[in-house]
Amino acid sequence: MNEIPKLRTADDIPADQKVKFYQKGTFTVGNRLVDADERNVQSSMNRSNAITSGHRACQGCGEALGARYALDTAMRMTGGDMIAANATGCLEVFTTPYPETSWQMPWMHSLFGNAPAVASGMQAAMKAKGRNTRVIAQGGDGGTVDIGFGCLSGMFERNDDVLYICYDNEAYMNTGVQRSGATPGGARTATTMPAGEAYPGNVFGTGKNLPKIAMAHNIPYVATASVAYLQDLEAKVEKAMSFKGARYIHVYVPCPLGWGCASNSTINLARLVVETGMFPLFEAEHGQVTATRPIRSRVPIEQYLKPQRRFAHLFKTDAGAEAIKKLQAMCDYNIAEYDLLRPEEETV
Amino acid sequence: MLKQMEGSQAVAEAVALCRPEVICAYPISPQTHIVEHCGELVREGKVGTCEYMNVESEFAALSACIGSSACGARTYTATASQGLLFMAEAVYNASGLGLPIVMTVANRAIGAPINIWNDHTDSMSMRDAGWIQIFAETNQEALDLHIQAFKIAERLSQPVMVCMDGFILTHAYERVEMPSQEQVDAFLPPFEPQQVLDPANPYSIGAMVGPEAFTEVRYLAHDKQMQALNVIPEIAAEFQEIFGRDSGGLLRKYQTEDADTIIVTLGSVAGTVKDTVDEMREAGKKIGVVTIGSFRPFPTAELRKVLASAKEVVVLEKSFAVGFGGVVANNVMMALQGTRTHVNTVVAGLGGRPITMPSLHKLFDRALAGKLEPVEFLDLQWDIVNAELERQRAQIASGPTAESILKNIQVDTAHGGAAGHAAE
Ligand SMILES: Cc1ncc(C[n+]2csc(CCOP(=O)(O)OP(=O)(O)O)c2C)c(N)n1
Ligand code: SF4
Repeated sequence: MNEIPKLRTADDIPADQKVKFYQKGTFTVGNRLVDADERNVQSSMNRSNAITSGHRACQGCGEALGARYALDTAMRMTGGDMIAANATGCLEVFTTPYPETSWQMPWMHSLFGNAPAVASGMQAAMKAKGRNTRVIAQGGDGGTVDIGFGCLSGMFERNDDVLYICYDNEAYMNTGVQRSGATPGGARTATTMPAGEAYPGNVFGTGKNLPKIAMAHNIPYVATASVAYLQDLEAKVEKAMSFKGARYIHVYVPCPLGWGCASNSTINLARLVVETGMFPLFEAEHGQVTATRPIRSRVPIEQYLKPQRRFAHLFKTDAGAEAIKKLQAMCDYNIAEYDLLRPEEETV
Repeated sequence: MLKQMEGSQAVAEAVALCRPEVICAYPISPQTHIVEHCGELVREGKVGTCEYMNVESEFAALSACIGSSACGARTYTATASQGLLFMAEAVYNASGLGLPIVMTVANRAIGAPINIWNDHTDSMSMRDAGWIQIFAETNQEALDLHIQAFKIAERLSQPVMVCMDGFILTHAYERVEMPSQEQVDAFLPPFEPQQVLDPANPYSIGAMVGPEAFTEVRYLAHDKQMQALNVIPEIAAEFQEIFGRDSGGLLRKYQTEDADTIIVTLGSVAGTVKDTVDEMREAGKKIGVVTIGSFRPFPTAELRKVLASAKEVVVLEKSFAVGFGGVVANNVMMALQGTRTHVNTVVAGLGGRPITMPSLHKLFDRALAGKLEPVEFLDLQWDIVNAELERQRAQIASGPTAESILKNIQVDTAHGGAAGHAAE
């Protein structure tokens, strides 16, 4: 691993934070509080710092958390020799009002729908100049599965040397919580209001499974991740950075504001979505699944839906009950597809 | 070296001589030959370490150019018509970010009705997008302007659109003087970016700007264009010194000294206009021509100087502000504000309609006699227009306009100039 310039000193770190340990068996959160010999890389004062504190994300923002862990990891992997293209969206807006940019790395925002293409251009420039600077592109689910979809597919198909990270909070949050192509069936958004018995929130279409679409391009690496499992996210970014060519990581990031959930429920929901089977965690290389994360203790979908106001209407009507059944059926489908209930030791 | 070649090929070779590091474009007629030839030159290793990117749309093409230019790579693209509109959001973005990309626009009409032939509606649709827009009159000038464009763009850190008439120039075979690599290298220094994404000195580009500074940022873009009013002639002069050719600049005068009537135009039609003026001069008529080289920035003061002494100005333009009149004429009127010069708009050559000398003779004679309507359409066939209007009045469900007209005028699709199979 390359040396990262020292960015913060111990004096800069607030010593007295109340931290909840949500992760089982890891010291990821708050690990600067444990004994020195038990600390992992996260606690290093020399650790990479792609996005510095002070940005304007809402309290409990999953996207801020996901982006920081993902980019910090990429920064570590590249010794800081990387640049990023960012789509318009919450991440872009909450990190940049100048001069308070949070980005401690070269970063560019161009448009909502073109981050993958901008990144493709960046890697072409690096190739032409014979530099090894790596390129990351990132966007929300709207910027990724909807408006930027064409550019993303082009970037995949050409196998451009870009890691694209989608932070999926299942709606257009930056513009006030409107539906995206990644909004789940039944969810309420500002443009999919539940209208009576017959229409419980967002339609149940066929869905748009971007990790699978990415795999269908046979790109070197595809992974899903959730901010409940930060070390897993880090490992996946590390893996992604070890490949050349187009890579895609789809990170599940709860949005307390958009979902109507408590800001301290982010990690919990990010775990429940995995433990229900709603959001399977897997890795794939060249179009083939190479690893999945089995469910430790399966939970019914209601447990995941209940804490979120965007699903509250589902618990009030028969149509809602039907919608919940459909969502449970999706979980069951995923569990069967990825064999998520196998004993844990079989984890690849 | 004098060479006989297609306009597109000449442009591609000129671009290659400028040593671009990234070329990224999406095909559309009549730009295709340019990017195909660029691709060949890159493949043959004649463009150094250039990356030639094929992408899935014009929006992606210019977006990739934005990314590469922000990394400090000299970057080129080309498009036309629908393609320029498809990249519209990125067109504004590239100039807003101040990225010195050079783009050829092989001018073509915009649909509907879909039409692949030449006019200037495409470039004009982006006239306020912040790009410097220069227009070529001949293939030689198109070639020369591309070499100048990189220098203008990089000196000002602003993107430059080189506009050349589709088919009329892009597909015409002419003899052009192709400069040597040494000449171009002497003229165009390596690209030193004003801003660059560099891990050694990280900063953010493209941050949100609110009301507290937005006006200032936009004003500075305007200021860049005002600087360009000096930079464009300076660079044309530097060009002349090295290449020995007078090419580019803000505008060109022809027989304007004592002219009562001056035709203002831009692009390749200037040649036909000058030929017509020559004939009229022989008949003792006091008429002259101004060809606009730089449409953005608009050479307001220079134009005023040339035009203010004329009685009649006729702006002959291949663009049309629907519901108003002329795009270029509107700008010329602004330049002549407060003078007594009378400005007429003539919309001509839309969708590839030929602009012929007999038509121009009639038009200019009426102009000399002060008999032009404020807005005219050269060779508009009123019988077709009136028949269609009548039909529409008679019948609410009169069907699609374009198709009805075509049916009624019975275009011979096998032999018609603008019909038959056309590559779109
Ligand atoms: C072409 C265009 N259309 C619409 C918008 C408005 N817009 C900005 S961000 C955004 C939604 C972003 O949603 P997403 O990509 O899911 O990211 P999030 O904010 O949820 O992180 C929209 C609709 C825009 N900036 N540009
Ligand atoms: S709206 Fe959601 S995604 Fe946006 S900053 Fe707030 S919590 Fe994060």
